Amino acid sequence: MSFETLRPSPALKEFLPVEYKDLVDHGPYGKNKKVSDMGQFKEVLEEHPMCAGCAMTLFIRLMFIGLPNPEHTIMVGTAGCGRLAISQASVPFIYGNYGDTNAVASGLKRGLELRYPNQFKDVVVAAGDGGLVDIGFQGLMHSWFRHEKFTTIMLDNEVYGNTGGQESGMTNHGKVLKMAPRGKMGEKMDVIGLAKVAKLDYIARVVPTNPARVARTVRRAVLVAREFGATYVQAYTSCNIEYSIPTPEVMKDAFEVENERYGFEEIISDRAKAYLDEIEKKEKQAKKAKK
Amino acid sequence: MSNLNAQAEGKPADWVAKGDLQKVVSPDEMFFKLPREKQFITGSEAAREAIRRANVDVAISYPITPQSETMQQAGYLYDDGYIKEYYRGEEEIGVMSAIAGASRAGVRCLTATAGPGLMRGLEAISSWPGARVPLVLLDMCRVINTPLAIQPDNIEISFLLNTGMLVLHAENQQDFYDYPLAAFTVSEEVDVTLPAVVATDGFFVTHARGPVEITPEEFKLPPRDGWRSAVPAMDNENPPARLSRDAPIQKSNFISYHMHAAWQQEVFAAVDRSAKYFRKYLNGLVEVVNPGAEDFIIASGSAVSQAREAVRQEGEMGRKVGLVKVKTLRPFPKAEIIEAVKDAKRILIPEFNQAGWMHKDVCAALYGQCKAEISAGPRVFGGMTMPTEMVLEWLAEARKQTP
Repeated sequence: MSFETLRPSPALKEFLPVEYKDLVDHGPYGKNKKVSDMGQFKEVLEEHPMCAGCAMTLFIRLMFIGLPNPEHTIMVGTAGCGRLAISQASVPFIYGNYGDTNAVASGLKRGLELRYPNQFKDVVVAAGDGGLVDIGFQGLMHSWFRHEKFTTIMLDNEVYGNTGGQESGMTNHGKVLKMAPRGKMGEKMDVIGLAKVAKLDYIARVVPTNPARVARTVRRAVLVAREFGATYVQAYTSCNIEYSIPTPEVMKDAFEVENERYGFEEIISDRAKAYLDEIEKKEKQAKKAKK
Repeated sequence: MSNLNAQAEGKPADWVAKGDLQKVVSPDEMFFKLPREKQFITGSEAAREAIRRANVDVAISYPITPQSETMQQAGYLYDDGYIKEYYRGEEEIGVMSAIAGASRAGVRCLTATAGPGLMRGLEAISSWPGARVPLVLLDMCRVINTPLAIQPDNIEISFLLNTGMLVLHAENQQDFYDYPLAAFTVSEEVDVTLPAVVATDGFFVTHARGPVEITPEEFKLPPRDGWRSAVPAMDNENPPARLSRDAPIQKSNFISYHMHAAWQQEVFAAVDRSAKYFRKYLNGLVEVVNPGAEDFIIASGSAVSQAREAVRQEGEMGRKVGLVKVKTLRPFPKAEIIEAVKDAKRILIPEFNQAGWMHKDVCAALYGQCKAEISAGPRVFGGMTMPTEMVLEWLAEARKQTP
C-alpha cells in the first residue's frame, strides 16, 4: 500500500473527521495489531449498518484484525449481510455479481501476482453460506481444485439473512424457514469435508467465542494461501433475527452451538504446518528479544 | 517477470518467454508504420496473431460448445511466453467473472466465447462496463436459440449493444486481426476505460481462410499501464473506487438513483469518447463504397462480404450500388451513416439474425434525417448462408416498390 494515498496533506488534515485522522495516526497498517490491542488502535471497521447483537459483525471485526497485512489486502464479497459491514472497512472491497466471488478472486490474485511480483497482495473472499455454497458453489469448488492462492471465509449464519430468512445449503436438516415451509429437506452441506477432498492446505472451523483464536485462524489461513494455494475458514456467525435469538443471548448461543456441533477444528497440511511453525517461531523470538 | 510459474510448470531454467524478446512499439507504429506480410489463414489464426502482438498479461479460456480454436491457440501462445498467465476456467460465468477480477488488478486481459457461452456469461459481462474494467472479449457468433445448433447467427450481438461495452463487428479474417489490436488500445485509454468485444460471424470467419496482412511478430503493443485509468485498479495502492461502500448507493432514495444514473451516463459517454480513437486506428468507423449512390446497403460482419459481391455484380450490370460497412456498433457511427446515405432512395440492411438489430439501429439513426425507403432485410438465421442472389433480389424488389 502506498501510505501516501491514505495520509492527507497537512493543510487538509484539520478539516477531516476524527475517525479518519485516527486511521492515519493509529490504524493497524504495517503494525501487526492483535486482538489484545483492541481499544488501543483504530480498527479498519468501525461504523456499520448490521443488526444489533449480530455475531457476524463481531467475527468480521476480528477477521480484519487477523489480516496479516491489511495494507496489502483486497476483500472480495457478494450480496449478503456480511458485505454491509465489510464494504465499510478501510480495505478495498470488490462487490461483484451473485456467486462470482471465487472466480473474481482467481483472476484478481493472478493479475496482482503479475503486477507485484515482489509484494504479497492478499486476496480474501468473505461471503455468506448462500453466496458460497449455493449460487457460488461451482466457482468455490473450482478455485479450490485449482488451488488458487487466496483465502475463502464463509460467514455461515445458516440462512439467507439479507433477503429475509430463506433456507440455504448450510441450514440444518428439518429447520423451518422461508422456502422450507415443511422444514429443510437435505442435510447441512459438509463443506469442511469438501475442502478436505480438494486437499486444501489449511481448513478451519471456528465460532467467535474466542476472539484471539478467530484472528489467529484468519491470519494462518491468509499466510498459507500466499505460499500454497486455497485455504478455507468456516465461521458460525448466527443470525439472531431469523433464528429469533434474543440479543443478550447471542454469545450464549455461540457457545452452545460450538459445544454441540461446531467445535473448533484446524486441518493443516504438513507443509503448511512447517511453514506456519517457522513464522510463529520467529515471531516469538522477536517478541522475546523485544522484552 | 513473465510466466512466473514457468519453471514450476516444467520449463527449463534457461527458458526465455518469447514475449520478452519482442520489441514494444507504439500503437501508431503498429497500425500505420510497420511493414505487413500477407498470409492465408483462418480467422482464429488471425486472432492468434493479433494476440501474439497485443502484450496480453492474463487470458482465461473455456471450450464452450460450439467452440472456435482461438482460446486454445492463446494457450499455445502462453506456452511460448507471449501471454503471461493463462488457465481454463470452470465455465462462462466463472471465466467472465475471473477476467474482470484480473482486469481489476491492472493487467491486460483477454477471453473469448461464442453464442450460448456468451449468454451464460452475460450477467458477468454486463457488469463489466459499470466496473470500468478494460479487457477484450472475442465473440465468435453462433446460434443461441432452441433447437440447438452450432451454426453462425449473430443474434447474440443484440444483447451486447446496450451493455455499455465497446462493440466491434469484424467482416473477415483481416478485421479479426486488426480489430482486437485496436480494441486493446482503445479500451485502455483513460477517457474510455471500458471493456471491448470484437464479434465476428462464426465459421465464415473463424474456420475459413482468407488473406490477412500482418505485422512482423517481433513487435508488440506497449503493456497496459495499470496506473492510467478512469477507475483505479483494486490493488490497494490507490484509493479504491468504492462502488458499494457509500451507503447512498445501496439505499432506495433519490441520491442513490442520481448516483446510479450518473454512473451509467458516464459509461455511455465513455463509449462516445472512444469514437475518436477508433476513427484513427480503424481508419474510420465506417467504410463507404460508391458514395452518392441511390441504392445503398448498410451492413456489418460477414453480411458486408455478401453485400460487396452484390455491389460488384450490380456494377457489372452498369448499376451503381453504395455500401456502408459499419465497423463499430458501439460507438454507433450515426453521423457517418447519415452523411453517407443522405441522397439515397433505397436502403437494404442484410443481416445474419432474425431480430434485425442493425435495422433497428439504422432506422433510429436515420429517422427524420433521410427520405430513403429502408428495407428490413434480407435476413438469414439459424445457420444459413446468404446467397448474393438474395441481396440482388431484394434490391430488385426495392426498386420495384420505390421507383
